[in-house]
Amino acid sequence: MEKFSYVNATSLEQVTSLLSESGWGEVMLIAGGTDLLAELKEYIETPKTLVNLKTLPGMDGIEADASGLKIGALATVADIAMHPTIQHHYTVLSQAAGSVATPQIRNVGTLGGNLCQRPRCWYYRDETTNCLKKGGDICYAVDGLSKYHAILGGDPVYIVHPSDLAPALIALGASVEIVGPEGVKNMSLEEFFTLPAANPFRENVLEPNEIVVEVSVPAPKPNTKSFYLKAQEKGAPDFALSSVAGVFEMDGKTCKTASIVLGGVAPAPWRSKEAEAAVTGKMIDESVSQQAGADAVKDAQPLNDNAYKVTLTQNLVSRAAMMAAS
Amino acid sequence: MASWGEASESRLIGKRVTRLSGKDKVTGKAKYTFDINEPGMLYGRILRSETPHATVMGIDLSEAEALPGVKAVIPLIEVGNKLRYQGQEIAAVAAETDDIAKDAIRLIYVDLEELPHVVTEADAMAADAPQIREDWAGNQSEPNIREDGDINAGFAEAAVDVEATYHTPVQTHVCLETHGHVAKWEDDQNLTVWASTQGVFGVRNDFAQHFELPANQVRVITEHMGGGFGSKFGPGTEGRTAVELARITGKAVKLMLTRKAEHLVAGNRPSMTQSVRAGATRDGRLIAYDMKGYGTGGISSGAGFTGPYVYHVPNSRAERVNVAVNAGNQRAMRAPGHPQGAFAMDSLMDELAEKLGMNPLEFRRINDPNEVRQAQYTLGAQEIGWHRRNSVPGSGTGVEKRGIGLGSGQWGGGGGRGTEARVTINADGTVEAVTGTQDIGTGVRTVIAMIVAEEFGLETTDVRVKVGDSQPGLPSGGSGGSQTTPSVAPVIKTAAAAAKQKLFERIAPLLEAPVGDLRVGTGTIYVVSDRTKTITWKQAAGQLGMESISEGGTWEEDLRQNGAAGTQFAEVEIDTQTGAIRVVKIVAVQDCGLAINRLTTESQINGGVIMGLGQALLEERFMDPVTGRMLNANLEDYKVPGTFEIPEIKSIVFDTHRKVTGVGEPPCIPTPGAIANAVYNAIGVRIRSLPITPDKILDALAEKA
Repeated sequence: MEKFSYVNATSLEQVTSLLSESGWGEVMLIAGGTDLLAELKEYIETPKTLVNLKTLPGMDGIEADASGLKIGALATVADIAMHPTIQHHYTVLSQAAGSVATPQIRNVGTLGGNLCQRPRCWYYRDETTNCLKKGGDICYAVDGLSKYHAILGGDPVYIVHPSDLAPALIALGASVEIVGPEGVKNMSLEEFFTLPAANPFRENVLEPNEIVVEVSVPAPKPNTKSFYLKAQEKGAPDFALSSVAGVFEMDGKTCKTASIVLGGVAPAPWRSKEAEAAVTGKMIDESVSQQAGADAVKDAQPLNDNAYKVTLTQNLVSRAAMMAAS
Repeated sequence: MASWGEASESRLIGKRVTRLSGKDKVTGKAKYTFDINEPGMLYGRILRSETPHATVMGIDLSEAEALPGVKAVIPLIEVGNKLRYQGQEIAAVAAETDDIAKDAIRLIYVDLEELPHVVTEADAMAADAPQIREDWAGNQSEPNIREDGDINAGFAEAAVDVEATYHTPVQTHVCLETHGHVAKWEDDQNLTVWASTQGVFGVRNDFAQHFELPANQVRVITEHMGGGFGSKFGPGTEGRTAVELARITGKAVKLMLTRKAEHLVAGNRPSMTQSVRAGATRDGRLIAYDMKGYGTGGISSGAGFTGPYVYHVPNSRAERVNVAVNAGNQRAMRAPGHPQGAFAMDSLMDELAEKLGMNPLEFRRINDPNEVRQAQYTLGAQEIGWHRRNSVPGSGTGVEKRGIGLGSGQWGGGGGRGTEARVTINADGTVEAVTGTQDIGTGVRTVIAMIVAEEFGLETTDVRVKVGDSQPGLPSGGSGGSQTTPSVAPVIKTAAAAAKQKLFERIAPLLEAPVGDLRVGTGTIYVVSDRTKTITWKQAAGQLGMESISEGGTWEEDLRQNGAAGTQFAEVEIDTQTGAIRVVKIVAVQDCGLAINRLTTESQINGGVIMGLGQALLEERFMDPVTGRMLNANLEDYKVPGTFEIPEIKSIVFDTHRKVTGVGEPPCIPTPGAIANAVYNAIGVRIRSLPITPDKILDALAEKA
């Protein structure tokens, strides 16, 4: 990696002030470092300054009460996975956190880092390949090898968003708190992520001088069932070939409301309103769940090597729906 | 005739003994090449090509040379020469720290004139493909053709036939310890190199020749090494580079490959694509086999694979060619050519059996001439519960479907001459066994200690074993072809027997008995005709006074045997909605003759099965046709089995005789075929291309529906 200076953060004001000194890539934030260090070692990123966030006080908490959860951006993935309230009432989130990488990575990787991690795309991660995401002319996955790439929302960059936590949190209706030089702002986590059509270089709406500080999750309604289903080639560690975060408010076998968010298939966590519509207000049976699966992928446009993801995603959505009714 | 004696007489041989180096390995005390640090040592790094095909127009080393801490920069390719694959060496540096070395290679500027590349077999064989090997028309070698009998007559006799194309991709070795060396010149005529190698003497001889040194002034040390699998016989460019950098700087130099370079240049198992037609008679006799196939070993040749395999076919024709692509060279990889060929053959056997409406096991019984494997079929079928398989493939109900399949393998492992060893008894009773072999990981140290301890009536921990060092001047061959134990064990055995004989001769007068009446007990020597006459081992050795007994051995052919049959049965479970495959159980029945150490033999079988499982389900080198680069030269996207993938493995040491046969390689051969057949039995759709990944399962199921 290139040499850089290292600053221990003392306050959010200091962090946003440092970030404001330049555009993307000059000053970067590090918490767990499980993604960033790999990027530094591979010369994908070559920042001049790293700001260590772990010295910021009070940003690693998980608060749970009747109204919901507040999770600090520095909470570790392991803390989220093991939190008793999250395990009982926000199952999808606990399962998603538990599916991330390995225990070692979960122990240091943070919520903020997980949401802001960069794509795993093998063209993007190759220093020598100047792909569209890095300012080049083409997305190599279009004519190249695309087994692990997007089937939805790809144009013009066919990466998939690698986060497991993001689909789960979006399905739970989470919002994110962001601090910048102008102060604090809140937005739904769903709006936080962007597609390459809007910005091929980034995966979210953060400005270069902004930082994610907290995620809030409203308490699920009574009789809510939630699941995170993740398909992998390898037990662990492996990123999702496709994943489904499903949150279903049920009345017996009838689904009152549903939120279904896909991971591993699009450049951003992909909320499937179509699948949600297919189950909402319905008594879920085999045919309804099949319909939900089919509707989830009806706009899918696979590349050369990833048509299997269409079937896989369809089946995972159907499975999640059936699990809600069982 | 030399013999290992009866099992009933053995105290150690054939038993389960924990490997002697185990504690050192798990505590980190064991020193691998990576762990060697000499005072003032420099770090070497190699600049490698990221371009798959280009002519070098210029190399500028000046900025790298000017970087503080850099001690040497050398070019590794001449201007005007061609780079022919990603990873090929361009230049090297030695610097005070590894970080400086890494920075320095980025300051070397190379002017390249890019040439068109081909990195896939299909692209290389296309009519308009650029010619990347001038000596091969159309990037293909002359075909290797083997014929037996008359295939036309064979097919005329066939009642059923099958035509299919089977494919296995390029795999890399993924040695846990990457290739590397620490080189140190003691003076300008004496060189010491710590090498992660499976051939201490081969590496020594290479250095001696290359650097024009007397062989006896080059010392190569491999105390412990982290896996070779066939890829670590020679020093490679990286080894010679380490020595050259050490020569120029006058300092020790450590140069280990990065994980990326390990994938790119340190060898691989060639791919295989074969189109085969085979026929069988109504009564289940394999009668005709016609195969045309190709594979790539990168820019080099050596992409052979077996076929027909194991089963008897009276009429066969097999035609194979090597295809050149712009990728790193193949090297021998655990049972070269066999796992690919076995996967295709065992898949083909099941396809034929189905056409005949015959149980695949019965079909093999009819066509397998190997008596050992015939017995293994019975045992393996019983262990897996063969009767539980779906009589109609894919007929299981539910989302998760199970299936059972089998595969076979055959190997030599007979060892050979060329090992020198000494077994020494010192006057204080201590014992040493020294030979120039190396422990590639199979536990040969422990095997040597067991043999000597058995011969002397001692414990394995009483024997100090020294291997992995060329300095004692006791050569041994490379650890390849599953030859180490069958090559080394007979020599150690005869050396120990000779030393024992010498000791008996010294103490026979003391015991007032003929030499022929002396026997070892447990830590004792006694007279067989009068058991009251006994002395301890220590007392006996004490008779040597100021001397030691030190004897060499000979390679007695009767102590080893060539030929190891194996068969494996696999049970798998497939999630038909996600395509996820879980191997539930593997039963591996492995012929090995006399397993000197049953525990490490079982470990070897377990390791082979795990490697075979990786080939069956996970491993594949992805070459990007556009950039010409390997896309998964890491351990994230090049997937190898981890704890979650490893099933219950029932390793059965099938010891039918008391002669030593090596089994380092063969346990990885039957696994992919067994798993592929189990997958078919589970879902009723055949996957003819490895690795069998969820995408292929889902695509195949969709096609069937």
